[in-house]
Amino acid sequence: MDLTHSAADEAFRAEARAWLDAHVPSVPLPSLETEEGFAAHRAWEAELAADRWSVVSWPTEYGGRGADIVRWLVFEEEYYAAGAPGRVGQNGISLLAPTLFDHGTREQRARVLPPMATGEVIWAQAWSEPEAGSDLASLTSRAVRTDGGWLLGGQKTWSSRAAFADRAFGLFRSEPDTPKPHQGLTYLMFDLRAPGVTVRPIGRLDGKPAFAELFLDDVFVPDEDVIGEPGQGWRVAMSTAGNERGLTLRSPGRFLAAADRLVDLWRTHCDPSDTALRDRVADAVIGARAYQLFTYASASRFLDGESIGPESSLNKVFWSEYDIALHETALDLLGPEGELADTDWSEGYVFSLAGPVYAGTNEIQRDIIAERLLGLPKGRR
Amino acid sequence: MRFLLDTEQRAFAASLDAMLTSAHTPSAIRAWAEGDHTPGLALWSRLADAGVFALAIPEAYDGVGPLPVELAVAFVELGRHGVPGPLVETVAAAALLSGLDESGPAKRLLPALASGESVATLALADSYALDADAATVLLAVNGAGLRLAPGHGPVRPSVDRARRLARPEPGGELLATGPQVTRAAAHALRWARLATAAQALGAGLALLDRTVAYVRQRTQFGVPIGSFQAVKHQLADARIALEFARPLLFGAALSMTPADVAAAKVTACEAAYATARTALQLHGAIGYTAEYDLSLWLTKARALRTAWGSPAECRAAVLGGLSGDGPRS
Ligand SMILES: Cc1cc2nc3c(=O)[nH]c(=O)nc-3n(C[C@H](O)[C@H](O)[C@H](O)COP(=O)(O)OP(=O)(O)OC[C@H]3O[C@@H](n4cnc5c(N)ncnc54)[C@H](O)[C@@H]3O)c2cc1C
Repeated sequence: MDLTHSAADEAFRAEARAWLDAHVPSVPLPSLETEEGFAAHRAWEAELAADRWSVVSWPTEYGGRGADIVRWLVFEEEYYAAGAPGRVGQNGISLLAPTLFDHGTREQRARVLPPMATGEVIWAQAWSEPEAGSDLASLTSRAVRTDGGWLLGGQKTWSSRAAFADRAFGLFRSEPDTPKPHQGLTYLMFDLRAPGVTVRPIGRLDGKPAFAELFLDDVFVPDEDVIGEPGQGWRVAMSTAGNERGLTLRSPGRFLAAADRLVDLWRTHCDPSDTALRDRVADAVIGARAYQLFTYASASRFLDGESIGPESSLNKVFWSEYDIALHETALDLLGPEGELADTDWSEGYVFSLAGPVYAGTNEIQRDIIAERLLGLPKGRR
Repeated sequence: MRFLLDTEQRAFAASLDAMLTSAHTPSAIRAWAEGDHTPGLALWSRLADAGVFALAIPEAYDGVGPLPVELAVAFVELGRHGVPGPLVETVAAAALLSGLDESGPAKRLLPALASGESVATLALADSYALDADAATVLLAVNGAGLRLAPGHGPVRPSVDRARRLARPEPGGELLATGPQVTRAAAHALRWARLATAAQALGAGLALLDRTVAYVRQRTQFGVPIGSFQAVKHQLADARIALEFARPLLFGAALSMTPADVAAAKVTACEAAYATARTALQLHGAIGYTAEYDLSLWLTKARALRTAWGSPAECRAAVLGGLSGDGPRS
């Protein structure tokens, strides 16, 4: 058992820290959920990419540094400790890219990954539909065979940042009459500005036009934008969702930095007689550390060649509930100031509220934990 | 960086597990609760033979330690099996004695603790000593003095019937005095908290395992109760809480800083306690009976929660351990 990093990993940390010190904007960028903020964050992605810091875990040929999972964790710790901006390219980087590494063709990787790394092409995830949320496999939007490709039809919704993004990836029903709903789906990429696509922004809880619904009317997708085999879309989409995503969807670095900021806030706003609030601050510190160490343990197993699988559901529930508790504590510490919108803490709070809903609701994650980790019998869905 | 137990450490856990499984531990727990120490002490010497107590004791005093990671591994198993006795206290006594500047008391007392020949308990400040009636060495710290207490007051039952509490009597031989005692007591507290955290995690894991097994076979409404979501989700939450306590425990064993150890203690104990509540609920009425073995872990989870530092004390220690001054108000 060893938590110390090798000299080489520490050198990597120092290099990242020095770069971030010199480059992190001194004034926070506007919210990436707005058009202006989106553009500013896109520029930041380009700046990161120019020195190959945007996708450190990718192979060098696609703009990365070939960092292993531990180095990725180190980078994330430094990134958030430096107060660097949120990542507008996250959906592509953490969901589509791993899928392409596992199931994409060489041609697809060469074409899609470099502009993703630079922020030139920002990706939206088009999985959910109005009638297919937790029961994603019940989706009904279609991909119909045509010359040299497919025609997409139907509706997608809750697509984060699709209002400003360039392209999207998602699942479509290509064989309408299969015995099981997760058969006959095809995973493909499409252009959000292609003819036939209508993007309607939806205001989030705080009114920002972050996500969008997509209406698709005979949108042409060439064959080279199908990922994996047609009809095998479910397997393609799920293989990456369970494994690496469980480790990399939310990095501990982000929560460690937030807990540090919370302790600073507590020191300046502390009422020593309020021990209940003090206990919550302590729990935030402990939770960040627990999540960090849990992730290091998973990373160790990952490096040993084990897959993470259903255990990623433990992560998901933990961080999403932790994130809310942390932000609620901050708002309570702030007192009347906590009510103000558009502060870092209140924006973080509003965002945290969605955590138990997206990326598979926490109820669904608890089912997975109970059935696949504890071995309890399947019940009615 | 490789934050995983190695093969040897896992094998050590597995061997303790096998030994305790075959040893009829529940009947030893019940006997201990009745004041009959014989089967418990027999178990004690087998644990000593397996090297458990030597882990906290330096080689100079016939130990193999200090090895906090291995100690945590062992105490998870002790907690899983609900082993009775002043286990944590013996470890804390060993840490206390080996933390003194003068080596006299350590030379005199530690070899017998390592071999299992003697059983220690201790009271820091004016707390109760656990199982003083079973211990051969009763240590008491008052202010800056460390004494070998001559005896103990009346033995009182704990909420966990296998834990029995008594106050050390005043007087007795003064073993050491001065700031070294204060320092050594703080060191002992860290070891006690680490071992308690591990024991609590083990108790929580046992409660979860037993409850999962129960809800798979108990049927109501024609189906196993484990197929109901309201049941599943409670157990999923218990699993999450325990799985996130584990890395804190081993992280604390690696650093042994007061803040890390306190974080592990509060988290493991809260997780075990929450699991106990779930376990009781999901067992229905049978879970509320003393004759059903689940009770042996249910009450322990409650007792460990306040042993060696309440949740509030541990949380304060976590914040106290951060760099920078305390609150600026
Ligand atoms: C901020 C945000 C960003 C998002 N971004 C994206 C995105 O980029 N791309 C994308 O495709 N989607 C996105 N989503 C959508 C998200 O994935 C879905 O909201 C989620 O899958 C849940 O689906 P639903 O909203 O239809 O809720 P439902 O599935 O209708 O669920 C409603 C409630 O019922 C519960 N429930 C449903 N089924 C069960 C069951 N079997 N057992 C117990 N409880 C159940 C749910 O847990 C939930 O509490 C986003 C959502 C949010 C809030």
